Amino acid sequence: METRWVIEVEGLTKYYNGLLAVDHIHFKVKEGEIFGFLGPNGAGKTTTIRMLCGLLTPSEGKARVMGLDIREETVRVKRQIGVVPEISNLYDELTCLENLLFMGQLYGLAKEERKKRAEELIHLIRLESKKDIPFSKLSKGMKRSLTIAAALVHKPPIVFLDEPTSGLDVMSARNLRSMIRELYRQGTTIFLTTHHIEEANLLCHRIAIIVKGRIIANDTPEALRRSVQGKFVIEVEVENIDVSDLSKWMKEMEGVEEIKQNQHRFVLTFSRRPSLENLFYSLRKRGIVIGSVNTLQPTLEDAFVKITGLDKEMMMVDKEGKKP
Amino acid sequence: MVIVNELKAIYFIALKDIKSYYFKPPNISWGILFPLAMALAFYLRNPTGMIDLVPGLLGMTLLFGATSMEAVVITFERRLGSFERLLLAPVSLEGVLMGKLLGGAFFGFIVALAIFILSLIFFSFPKLNPFLLFSSLVLSSIAFSGLGGFVSVAVKEVFEAQTLANLFRFPMIFLSGVFIPIETLPKPIQFISYLLPLTYSVELLHNSLLPSHHSNTVIPAWASLIILIIFLFFFYFVSIRVLRKKLG
Repeated sequence: METRWVIEVEGLTKYYNGLLAVDHIHFKVKEGEIFGFLGPNGAGKTTTIRMLCGLLTPSEGKARVMGLDIREETVRVKRQIGVVPEISNLYDELTCLENLLFMGQLYGLAKEERKKRAEELIHLIRLESKKDIPFSKLSKGMKRSLTIAAALVHKPPIVFLDEPTSGLDVMSARNLRSMIRELYRQGTTIFLTTHHIEEANLLCHRIAIIVKGRIIANDTPEALRRSVQGKFVIEVEVENIDVSDLSKWMKEMEGVEEIKQNQHRFVLTFSRRPSLENLFYSLRKRGIVIGSVNTLQPTLEDAFVKITGLDKEMMMVDKEGKKP
Repeated sequence: MVIVNELKAIYFIALKDIKSYYFKPPNISWGILFPLAMALAFYLRNPTGMIDLVPGLLGMTLLFGATSMEAVVITFERRLGSFERLLLAPVSLEGVLMGKLLGGAFFGFIVALAIFILSLIFFSFPKLNPFLLFSSLVLSSIAFSGLGGFVSVAVKEVFEAQTLANLFRFPMIFLSGVFIPIETLPKPIQFISYLLPLTYSVELLHNSLLPSHHSNTVIPAWASLIILIIFLFFFYFVSIRVLRKKLG
């Protein structure tokens, strides 16, 4: 099947008062995928989203959303997208239901349709008991869910989520991730920015890493992890041997650089890809019973640190400069 | 279809503002009580010729009614982030601003209409020109709402918007012929008076309610109407320009 690109960005650039916030970035997003924009705060993620959804005018470059030029056909682009900004920004004085109905009005939904859609969304985010409560009285997690619902009123094919779980407690963040996966299952393309590496790892099919306004890597999480794999690590758990002897013997194996031992568990680091067959054969020959064998991959966090050269602690810092 | 959607969105933005902000007790009392209190103060000083105060009183009500929330609403929503919801919707910036202005204009119009109906209990206007009165009320309310919109987009904080709005509003009461006829003001001050939109609104209201009482009218009604339209477009387009620049 031919790949359909629903977001195409070429050389998109934004200057703020002479400062370069987004620096000639290029990327494409496939229809129906969850695309992650990963980077520390201040990297240019929100600026990119704001340009793509028509809130900011790019200084240079081009971008098309669903084939529509973001500069020339801004209003038409807005019909194709739902946007969940980093701040849950619905109207405090309106109730949950009124907020969704108002969004339906702005998107030109007919009266019956918007009522039906608002009720459907209230049900989806499980806020039936709170639907007549003003937005200002909701918890942070509920506000976030309602803001997502508001972005879905017109059933957009693309949803932009800017730091969707930022500031949420563990349970709310988990529920929200389930909601994002459900949207993906329904065929919605999702463009997500985050500074949580694990979140990008859990949700995204492809990730672009952005640092200081520039995209420095763009691939699947697996490929990003593979790209930084220099050493091969194997974890072996054995059941029936004097482990101190085994440790001595393993050190003599070809290509072993380091062995870490924790009771019956050994973590072997090889300088080059080892032959698992040879390893198993040697162990069997000595009558050793293998409990389990794991090949350990670098994590996305390892990949991020290696690719960006940044300290992973930097990713923990929020916009106010605080760590969680 | 695009135009229909835009018009619908403008209508719903105005409707939401009217429901959420305008027809609330503090705003209604500010819109009605403040002009009445000012009129009462002038009446106590000079009880005769109260009927001559009605056009100025209506003009002032239009100004304070239309700018009451309009002068802070965009600043307020931008601070909270909710203004962005409107910008994310499939509506042009011009449409969003139009919706905002119409909310304020409608409130100003209704409050002024209420004051006019109240004045009919005490005074009669035998030479009333209803068409001119209606046009004056509509045009003035939109032009003043435009002024409020301009104030609202020009600043960052709500308190700055309030300060700036009062900087425009209070001098206008004394310079635009609301209580003091412009002809009695010193010449250099009169020059300033003719730079203010309230002057043309009060002139028009005089012409529509009490043409025979207003012997010193220097601006014909048609000219005042045109000048108010110019003010309206000026405030509207300058506000769009300022807002677009601020949004980046």
